[in-house]
Amino acid sequence: MPISRSVVVSSTPSAVADVFRQLQPGLKASNYSEEDIFAVHLALEEAFTNAVKHGNKMEPNKAVKIDYAIEPDKIEICMTDEGSGFDPEVIPDPRYGDNLYKPAGRGMLLMRSFMDVIEYNEQGNSVRMIRYREKRKPSKSAAGSNS
Amino acid sequence: MASLKPRVSVEYGEKATIVTFTDEKILEERDIVELQESLMGIIGQAEKINLILDFSTVKFLSSAVLGLLIRVSKKVYEQNGQLRLCNISPRIYEIFKITRLTKIFDILPDRAEAAASLAGEQ
Repeated sequence: MPISRSVVVSSTPSAVADVFRQLQPGLKASNYSEEDIFAVHLALEEAFTNAVKHGNKMEPNKAVKIDYAIEPDKIEICMTDEGSGFDPEVIPDPRYGDNLYKPAGRGMLLMRSFMDVIEYNEQGNSVRMIRYREKRKPSKSAAGSNS
Repeated sequence: MASLKPRVSVEYGEKATIVTFTDEKILEERDIVELQESLMGIIGQAEKINLILDFSTVKFLSSAVLGLLIRVSKKVYEQNGQLRLCNISPRIYEIFKITRLTKIFDILPDRAEAAASLAGEQ
């Protein structure tokens, strides 16, 4: 049976841990693999860090809305911050040149690598992520491909 | 074996200082800050250090930990030391591979190989 939930959390780094604690039993009950659970956990953490640090500028009075749905063939998460948004296309690739030695900038790369679909809204303050169940993966969509 | 703050355990050897992470999940800003303090403190105690980081307990880490490792690496090499990572699980190794950090970190299967790969004593 699909599980869907919407939560609003504060912009404190530890808030997403509670969300994953809510999500994890549903994933296990739906027989998602440890690989899928690991991937979703990582993408959730990275997206939340970005929402708090870059979206909400660490302002504690700003919130992050997390909608998630656990379905038979996929897990979908939508995360929205209260920031003004950004253009994901201008984020430099952390894998090459001087960027490889920089301590930050890898969150989006990991999100794109571990989730099958990553889509931002036009404003850039909301990201939709989908991970398909391992054995039923379709080919990666253009929206989810790595830069 | 000495414990510094709850995040790591440290073993001092002739050839290398081995730091083992004690947390299964390294995620939150607070974790990273405390780890950084611990690691920088260990590196700062020596003029030059051969540092082995043992990830045998670690089952999950975020990209913030990768940033910490880059800062640690920079400090170790500024002091003419050497850094090795070991006992990284396949899932965590995948993160290093995706981010191409396998190009800048020396990652060995276990402590013995990490120690063997070090040139000279610390």
